[in-house]
Amino acid sequence: MRRRNVLPGLPLSLGVTLFYVGLIVVLPLVALVFKAASLGPADYWQIVSSPRAVASYRVTVLSALGATIFNLFFGLSLAWVITRYRFPGRRIVDAVVDLPFALPTAVAGIALTALFANNGWFGSVLESWGIKVAYTPLGIMIAMCFTSLPFIVRTVQPVLEDLDPALEEAAQSLGGSDWTIFRKVILPLLTPALLAGVSLSFARCLGEFGAIIFIAGNQPMSTEITALLIFIRLEEYDYQAAAAIASVLLLTAFFMLGITNWLQARALRYTVKG
Amino acid sequence: MKIRLENVVKTFENFRAVKDVSLDIESGELVALLGPSGSGKTTILRMVAGLEYADGGHIHFGDQDATDIPVRDRGVGFVFQHYALFPHMTVANNIAFGMKVSKVKRDRAAIEARVTDLLRLVRLEGLGDRFPAQISGGQRQRVALARALAVDPKVLLLDEPFGALDANVRRDLRRWLREIHSELGITTLFVTHDQEEALDLADRVVILKDGQIVQQGTPQEVCRDPQSAFVMKFLGDANVIAAEVRDGRAHVGDISVEAPGVVDGKAELYARPADLDWSAEGPGIAATISRVLDRPDGRRVLAVTAAGEQLEFNVEPERVVTAGEGGFVTLRRAKVFAV
Repeated sequence: MRRRNVLPGLPLSLGVTLFYVGLIVVLPLVALVFKAASLGPADYWQIVSSPRAVASYRVTVLSALGATIFNLFFGLSLAWVITRYRFPGRRIVDAVVDLPFALPTAVAGIALTALFANNGWFGSVLESWGIKVAYTPLGIMIAMCFTSLPFIVRTVQPVLEDLDPALEEAAQSLGGSDWTIFRKVILPLLTPALLAGVSLSFARCLGEFGAIIFIAGNQPMSTEITALLIFIRLEEYDYQAAAAIASVLLLTAFFMLGITNWLQARALRYTVKG
Repeated sequence: MKIRLENVVKTFENFRAVKDVSLDIESGELVALLGPSGSGKTTILRMVAGLEYADGGHIHFGDQDATDIPVRDRGVGFVFQHYALFPHMTVANNIAFGMKVSKVKRDRAAIEARVTDLLRLVRLEGLGDRFPAQISGGQRQRVALARALAVDPKVLLLDEPFGALDANVRRDLRRWLREIHSELGITTLFVTHDQEEALDLADRVVILKDGQIVQQGTPQEVCRDPQSAFVMKFLGDANVIAAEVRDGRAHVGDISVEAPGVVDGKAELYARPADLDWSAEGPGIAATISRVLDRPDGRRVLAVTAAGEQLEFNVEPERVVTAGEGGFVTLRRAKVFAV
């Protein structure tokens, strides 16, 4: 028997969206994989495991991890402050969080480079302490932090806003200290949102290009990120090599998404009815 | 633990929620704070808990001034209207939470034994491994109570504990809470806007209006002797009939009732639906029946008096009355309040 659906428009909307997803998302990815696969296994392995490529993976993934961990703490505290306290300028802070989304990443890159160059406002001070930011992996990390900050804030914020104050009151009436309540009641409830934010933030960091290339210095083997290496291969009309290296980034992103989805499902086990 | 509130005041941004409330709750007593929304009942409860601080006055627990003791040190068990169970913890872990975070260290076995005892007390044996999302509303509220009792509170405070539940579940839980109270003998204060709940459950009912206590007493005292028109109306359906008081009696048409202590002049006569009856002949208040509603326990008659007042009253199930019929409303008893 045919199931009848009360909500109208299913065939049309499903058709349009599936077509769109296929055309814009899946097709390019498939093309990428095909392009990479057109290399033989030996050539593929040789390209993706070349010392320069491996060095780029290392700097990209480590910087992305560093930036994501930093944003995890900073983004959580920012979301916490914006949702839980009322202070003058709160709405401005709230709006500024979206700036990295709104700003062209190249603009961010140039601004950060100007600030952190050894004659810039921050750079000159840090230089006197012996810390170099521009043209080092630290600079890459800072650029990544900047562009991926909104993800954690914006995923955690709605969950924090919806948190029932009675949960904290109940925990207080049972004798819990503030820290205990944060650790045992609030944090577990935020974990799924934090994981979602972390996975988005990390994926964004892996793929970030515009903001980084200005501040990174782009020295092969030390501050050359994978996205730039792909770009360089494209410039050399070596599409197969570009696709091969890109496929590594793609796999990393999928792997990361898989892990965070699994962790999220684990963290949300309690919502399952039955 | 005896609780004493002394001239307690609480103001929220220009709105005086609680005005100078003094109240004594005896050790082991089960007291209901009853009032419409905005009457300050929940604010009073939250101040006793320490979830709000009083702006003025004192709250004593026994001989100790508890006014400024923070909630986590006050030793109260609080049950929230919407349960406030920790959704990511199993039922057993919810109940154990207070014991685990307590400054008094208990070993794991002692905590588990206590959880088992409490699950038995709230009749939820075997559900310890479920998450709150996997049990019914009534079960959740029982878990919330077990969780509050786990820390051996001096006082149990319940904020509209059954407000979010179905009528049937509510009735069952009421009886059950009464049983638990007599078993444990813990001083209990609960808030409700449901008069039936307050009257069913409490040893003493405290009726609030606009942040002040308007009357308190046993259910019998407040039901039989309401001191104001507000209490009369709030406790249940009441018919209002305009009357004239002369020499201590209120007169309506050719009938009159005693009106002790009411000054001469215009007054209002309040009568419950069961206090009125219908008769073909006078004396009584002339009226015409506009509708008859049939209910399982009798017939409810809606009538309009010659003066245009709407009256509602009950007659026996066998009684033959029809809409449009004229006759007289007779009065078994009534309360009279000056206007």
